[in-house]
Order: sequence, then structure tokens, then C-alpha cells
Amino acid sequence: MALPEVKQTATEARLANLVMPDAGCTRAAREDALARVLEMGLPGRRDEYWKYTRPDTLVAPEAPRAALFDPDEAMLFADLDRLKIVFVDGVFSPEESDDLTLEGVTIDRIEDICFKDIHWAKELYGVLEARGQSPVQRPLAALNTAFAADGIAIHVSGKPSKPISFIYRHASETSDAMLHHIIRVESGAEVTILENGPAASRFNKCMEIDIADGGVLHHVRAQGRDHERRAATHMFTRLGQESVYKSFTLTVNGVLTRNEQVVELTGDDAVAHVAGACVGDGDFHHDDTVFITHDAVNCESRQVFKKVLRNGATGVFQGKILVKEGAQKTDGYQISQSLLLDDDSQFLAKPELEIYADDVACSHGSTSGAIDETALFYLRSRGIPTKEATNMLTLAFLAEAVDEIEDDALSKAIVDRLEGWLSRHS
Amino acid sequence: MLEIKNLHVKLEEEEKQILKGVDLTVEAGKVHAIMGPNGSGKSTLSYVLSGRDGYEVTDGSATLGGEDLLEMEPEERAAAGVFLAFQYPVEIPGVGNMTFLRTAVNAQRKARGEDELSAADFLKEVRAKAKSLKIDADMLKRPVNVGFSGGEKKRNEILQMAMLEPKMCILDETDSGLDVDAMKLVAEGVNALRDEGRGFLVITHYQRLLDHIKPDVVHIMADGKIVKTGGPDLALEVENNGYADILAEVN
Repeated sequence: MALPEVKQTATEARLANLVMPDAGCTRAAREDALARVLEMGLPGRRDEYWKYTRPDTLVAPEAPRAALFDPDEAMLFADLDRLKIVFVDGVFSPEESDDLTLEGVTIDRIEDICFKDIHWAKELYGVLEARGQSPVQRPLAALNTAFAADGIAIHVSGKPSKPISFIYRHASETSDAMLHHIIRVESGAEVTILENGPAASRFNKCMEIDIADGGVLHHVRAQGRDHERRAATHMFTRLGQESVYKSFTLTVNGVLTRNEQVVELTGDDAVAHVAGACVGDGDFHHDDTVFITHDAVNCESRQVFKKVLRNGATGVFQGKILVKEGAQKTDGYQISQSLLLDDDSQFLAKPELEIYADDVACSHGSTSGAIDETALFYLRSRGIPTKEATNMLTLAFLAEAVDEIEDDALSKAIVDRLEGWLSRHS
Repeated sequence: MLEIKNLHVKLEEEEKQILKGVDLTVEAGKVHAIMGPNGSGKSTLSYVLSGRDGYEVTDGSATLGGEDLLEMEPEERAAAGVFLAFQYPVEIPGVGNMTFLRTAVNAQRKARGEDELSAADFLKEVRAKAKSLKIDADMLKRPVNVGFSGGEKKRNEILQMAMLEPKMCILDETDSGLDVDAMKLVAEGVNALRDEGRGFLVITHYQRLLDHIKPDVVHIMADGKIVKTGGPDLALEVENNGYADILAEVN
């Protein structure tokens, strides 16, 4: 079916500005992805899946200018022992990165493996993204598969002694970056992946994660404080039997963020938790779009998303649990909540359950509210000043999401950032 | 110490006068009890003194050690020495009890220009005081009042009072929801804090709490006013005859 003219024009305009990298083993996947983009067209305002978030600036041929911002604080995770992989405006920086050797993992640039015959990468690049296009289309992810200029392939065969940490620096006001990472966690292997930084003026990032039976992947990310940056990210995760995926995202500022998580539980007894805490003040639009598919028995999934919004900030949550026929004993939980610190901010939520098995437990809830005045008075009556009391209650509100981070040091680093934001914004 | 003169209070949202001229003085070192039927304005008095929103003072004054309480924010009143033990202590998910206590203690010290208590000193003090109230380590770690039984919540109020060492303690129906053993424990906690520099205002429906916290003065409140004041015997009279006789006598 032909695309509507507006969409056709917008898609062609965007594609006219892009060049597909000369890319050996990923070439076929990229060609396929481009075909998907041409068929679907890039997101437009009338798309149901983009009802609450305007995709215009994410789709436009040029990235809107975004001022650089000096946060005047130590980099997140700075004092943590980790293997650093640094990108500047979406380009890998060997000088700033650590040596990419670490016991238990093999780390390569996608660019380098393209001319090798590394089979696992070929079987993953673009594959989970393509699976994730149904039943809902995600054209920006297909665009990414086709045109991502850089990215890392991580093969986890053991239990590396430290986290692998992506650092995304933003150096040019007009940067428009596309990165595509792929991660394969082998049976029984375990890894922690960290990501932080604003990345670029406009950032389109796709990560495909394939976790084999019994594998474990922890993911903690913070998206950088540059006020004018825009980001559209996708994480596609497939879980084998008894495997575990736990992901947490902190978003502090940023004019536009759309984070999609597409999770498929394909092996029995697998566990997937995706969580996020976002805090926004003023010109801030943050969208968490999550799609979790249960396609195996006795799996557990949790979605915990909390947003603190003030001065006209907007939060969006679109979360779905799909329980396929035969996915009995599914335990699905979904909560999305916003704390609106004034009357100008808004939270738009669309929680969905679609269940085709009869022996499952799924719950979902979504709330919007102000600070609890009774609790505030209780704290003040004990001598805690209003500002401090409000901050305590705000952190308490976010706690359920932050508690999803298992590692204490990581969770403390995130709480520190939240406390910093609160002290600057109240 | 606490001096309330001709206090008139109405609800902010509606034209309903609740306190209609309360006069009351609590001296340092004394325990005053206020008894009275439902709706007489007892709890309103405690809220107005601690600074809760929703009430409008239309006349009169309330001072603590000469300072005008009504001009202060709730946190300033707390730092000045007012403490209200809530009838219904508030549950605060996500805020650890210990963090809450420490923040409160240090906020008050800071407001008074004193040094903050070190983590070690605080811990030592809180453990000792918790122990005497039979509050275990687990209760200190849990979020404020979340999942606490009625008795645990009230003991937690008394623990806060013990840690904050206020000048003026207001207990709003601290006996409600308590069994006899829990009430004894709470009363012991209160009695341990009685000293010459501290005043108490104990609001209760029943005489039984006053068996354990012996008052120096008992007031009867009805329809927004103190209608009768006497010694501990007055509480017994209420217990035996109810409020009807006293109210009839006053009217």
C-alpha cells in the first residue's frame, strides 16, 4: 500500500541526507532494514503510536541545533571500576576509550567485524529489530539498522569482573548520531552494561540484546543533562530459558526523549524488569514506550516507571504486556506514576494488557498526583523545612523505580544524581 | 511556657467556628490533660498549635516562651520546641525511618544554630532510646510507619519525641487504638521525658491513659472552649459520670 503523501515526502527527505555505510557482513541486514523503512515510512503526527509525542524533530532531515552544556559535576560512575567505551557525537574515540580487552567478553567495533566472518553478529544485527516491527511498527529503529554509522558488538561468554560502560559525549551543536550496538550473552554468562551522556544534539540509538539460557544482563543508563538534546532509543531484548534482563534508565532534562523497550520472553522461567525514573523541569518531553511479550511458561516481567514533572514538563508512558497463547503462569506487573509538582505539567499514560492464556497473573496501574500534603505536614511538624521535606517525598516517590537497580553502588550513584537535580530545581 | 489566650479558630474553607475562645496556660514541668466529647475542638487545638493548613485564627494568641507560634511555619514551631504526637501517624513509603529521624533532628539543630549530630552519635542515641520503647532494628530500617501496627506507630511517635527533645509535647489521643500493654509502654516513654523544663498537653477521651500519665491539671473542653478546670479528680469524675453532668453544670 502506498504511503500517505506527507509521510512519503518526509521519509524521502530524511533518506536523502543519509548514506549507508559500506558494511560487509551487515550489508544484507541494512538493505532489508531500508526496505522496511520505505514500506513503513518514518513516524508522523497521525500515527497512533506517536499520539503523545511529536516525531517531527526526530524525523527531520537535519538535527535541530542543541547547545552544549557543562554540567559542572563529576561524570556519572566516575569512581567505579569499569571498562570505558567512549563515543563523541556518535563516533568511537579510541583515544578516550579503554583497551577493549576484558576476560569473559569479546568487544569489537561493528565496523571491524563487518569484514570478518563473525557469525553471531550476523545472526543478531537487525534481527531482533526486525522481529520487533510486529505487531507495532518502529521505523526509527529500522532507519537505525540501515544507517547506523558506528556501534559495538559485545560477546559475553563469562562473567567479566567489571561493567562495560558506554560514555556518549556531546561536542558539536549540530551533531546527528546513530549508533547500533549488539550484545550476545551466552548461556550462564553475566554482564553489566552502563550507558551515560547526552551523546549528540540528536541521537538515534538501537541496542539488540540476545540472552541465551541462564544468561544475565544488567543495564543502567543515564541520559545526560544537555537541555536541548533529542533522543530516540530502542532496546530489543530476547530472553532464553531462566535468563534475566534488568534495565534501569534515568532521564534528567533533555527537550525530547523517546525510549522504547521491546522485550520478548521466549524461554521458560525468564525474568525481565524494565524501570525508569525521569525528572523534568520546563521544556521537557519524556516518553517511555514498552512492549513486553510473554511467549513461554512461568516468566516474570516488571515495568516500573516514575516521572517527576514541573513547570509544564510532559511525561508519556505507553506500556504493554502481551501474553501469548500457552504462556501460562505468567507474572506480569506494570506501574507508571507521575508526580506533578504544579498544575502546568502533564502525564499521558496508556497502559495495556493483552492476554491469550488463562492461567496468568497480570496487574497494571497508572496514577498522577501531587505531593501528599498530609505527609508533607508530618515531616514539617518534625522540623524539616518545606523544600527538604518536598525533596524527601519526591525521592521516596522515585524509590520504587530506583530500587530495581540491584547493585548498591550503581543505585547510590543514581540517587546522588536525583538529589543533585532536586537541589537545583526546587 | 505555653500560653493560649482567647483563641478563636474557624475552618478556612467554610464558615464554621471550631474554637470559640480557648484560654490555657501550661507551665514548664507540668502535665495538663484536655478531655472532652467528640467534636469539642480538642484535635483542632493540637493542629492549630502545630501549624497545620486549613485553619484560620480569627482572634486570640498562642505563644511558647513568649514567642508567637501563630506567626511561624510548622518547621519553625518544631525548632522552637513544639511537638505533636499525631492521633493518626502518617505512613511515608520510600522514606526510611532512620533517615527521617536523623533529618529531623539535624534540621532542628541547624535551625537553632547548633552543630549537626554525627552519624555515630545519632545512631548510639537512637538505639538506646528505641530499645527502651521496645522498637527493634527492623522498625528503624523500615519506611516511616509503613506496615506498623497501631501500637508500633504510637511508639514511633514517642521515639521521635524522645529524639527531638521538645519543650512542649502535645499528645493527640495517643491512647487511641492501643491495648493495655502498648498503652503502658507509651506512657512509660512519656513519663521518662517528664522534667522541669518540659510541658505536656495530653488530649484524650478516656481517663485510662491518665492512670499511667498522671496529670497535674485536667481541663474539660466543650463546644470550642475550656469549660472546667480541676485536678486529677476531674478525670475520674468524667470516667464515672460522663460529660453530661459537667456540661449541664456549666450551662
